[in-house]
Amino acid sequence: MKKGLSCREAFTAELEELARADRRIVALTSDARGSTSLAAYANALPGQFVEVGIAEQNEIGIAAGLAAVGYRPYVCAPASFMSARSLEQFKVDVVYSRMNVKIFAVSGGVSYGALGFSHHSIHDIAVLRTFPGLRLVIPCDGVQMVGLLRALENSDLPAYIRVGKAAMPLVYRAGTEFEVGKAVRLRDGDDATIIVCGEMVAGALDAADALAAEGVKVRVLDMHTLHPLDSEAVIAAARETGRIVTVEEHSVNGGLGAAVAQIAANHRPVPVRTLGFPDEFLVAGGSADVFRHYGLDATGIVAATRELLLSGD
Amino acid sequence: MEIQELRKKAIAIRRDLLAMIHKCKAGHTGGALSSTDILVALYYSVMKVDPGNPHWAERDYFVMSKGHSVEGLICILADLGFFDKAELDTFCRYGTRLIGHPNNKVPGIEMNTGALGHGLSVAVGMAKGLKMAGRPNRVFAVMGDGEQAEGSIWEAAMAGAHYRLDNLTGVIDRNRLQISGDTEEVMGLEPLAGRWRAFGWDVHEIDGHDLAVLVDNLGAKPDGSGKPRLFIAETVKGKGVREMENVAKWHHGVPDDALLASAMRQLAGEEGRTA
Repeated sequence: MKKGLSCREAFTAELEELARADRRIVALTSDARGSTSLAAYANALPGQFVEVGIAEQNEIGIAAGLAAVGYRPYVCAPASFMSARSLEQFKVDVVYSRMNVKIFAVSGGVSYGALGFSHHSIHDIAVLRTFPGLRLVIPCDGVQMVGLLRALENSDLPAYIRVGKAAMPLVYRAGTEFEVGKAVRLRDGDDATIIVCGEMVAGALDAADALAAEGVKVRVLDMHTLHPLDSEAVIAAARETGRIVTVEEHSVNGGLGAAVAQIAANHRPVPVRTLGFPDEFLVAGGSADVFRHYGLDATGIVAATRELLLSGD
Repeated sequence: MEIQELRKKAIAIRRDLLAMIHKCKAGHTGGALSSTDILVALYYSVMKVDPGNPHWAERDYFVMSKGHSVEGLICILADLGFFDKAELDTFCRYGTRLIGHPNNKVPGIEMNTGALGHGLSVAVGMAKGLKMAGRPNRVFAVMGDGEQAEGSIWEAAMAGAHYRLDNLTGVIDRNRLQISGDTEEVMGLEPLAGRWRAFGWDVHEIDGHDLAVLVDNLGAKPDGSGKPRLFIAETVKGKGVREMENVAKWHHGVPDDALLASAMRQLAGEEGRTA
């Protein structure tokens, strides 16, 4: 697969286009216009850009206030801070108050792998899935980023968009459209299902292709929306393939795997293996090193799927 | 509304909120009474509001940052006709929308608050947005003094001055008591006015129970200085009910029948002196 734009570059280019057409769109940042790739937007549309300084709590409150007077704010800042430092403002001022604020959370998961636990966001799915009315998406490439952004912008609901830092292989053809809350079936198969999101999707496809070469047909679901989660797709996967492997750049506590296991247990109990980060402070390294270390690459996914198929569960 | 009528209205609102708290057996009584006159000045004289059209584009915006003092606010909104006054009987009861903090499912309430230290940031965002759009609406935020210990207040203070938001007015209900006691013993705030001035605000210390003073000060139009305004309104926690005045335990609490009767007698006496 060839590489495309990183999600953040795809996002800001599309946001600029949307903002030119709708002057209510405003981007906020907390001294992060570099890491969010917002510099060009800020120069092009200074009247639709608000710099808040290093003050994430204030940033979210200000965004809520802007929404209250009719703007459509996008808060662009690192996921590690958005999902922790300003979490209460997001909970109360945005989600509880039903303000149309969207967070563009960059460098999610372990994009800042070598910078330590302070800069990791491997808890955001767990906490944000408990916020009623919030839409939480994790795109896997620049095409999906643009498609999801357009879909989210068509709604007044708050959203949290988590992206990684790296340019990802293109999974989708340019122009593909996406429905928020609806998983995409990327590979067909009935031996097992891999349910995956974000930067893990490319590895899961490689794993499925490797397994196919061995004669194992694995379904792959791109679960780009974590809340509301596409439970129908999970139940169908359980019913039709009998085994599920989940892969995510998140703690195994409370993330995609936990959600899928809960749905399966409630509706169609089948064996589920959840691949993600264990309950520990993670090893240091670039994100690819960290993924490999915890078995979150094609090799690890193949091994886990094979083990599940052989386990006799 | 004339000052004399505003004074009578403040007495009526105190009566309503005490009756509601007594009937529904819940409430942050002390702070509701200390902030009553500030809210009466804002809602009956200073702010542009339309009870028949809560989302009126020309309205002024209000954020109750000290969300626990919701009782006076909802009694005022009911009195103005934003919703039926009979609904006040549901305060904090099963299934109500009149919960113990501001809830924007209630007509006239812009934002949900309750977690302290949030309101001024939201008000900064509103004021910034109104400036960006060239709209003349004003924004008012009422804060508690205890919540001045929240760091986010000072992030908002910095931003309000940085963005030159002279369409923004903050009011601190300076009753000097928080749930554990004297604010200066829990976490000293003084010199409070000096701190706000150092952050670039146009600061005034005023009597938070003198309706003429409140109306004059809060009603003064933005002067184009680029400075947001901050009023430190000196108030008495539990104002109007002798047994509650300056008693920290009345931060929240429900008067029994005898105390309610005493409170109503005191308010009637005050009304007599106002007439």
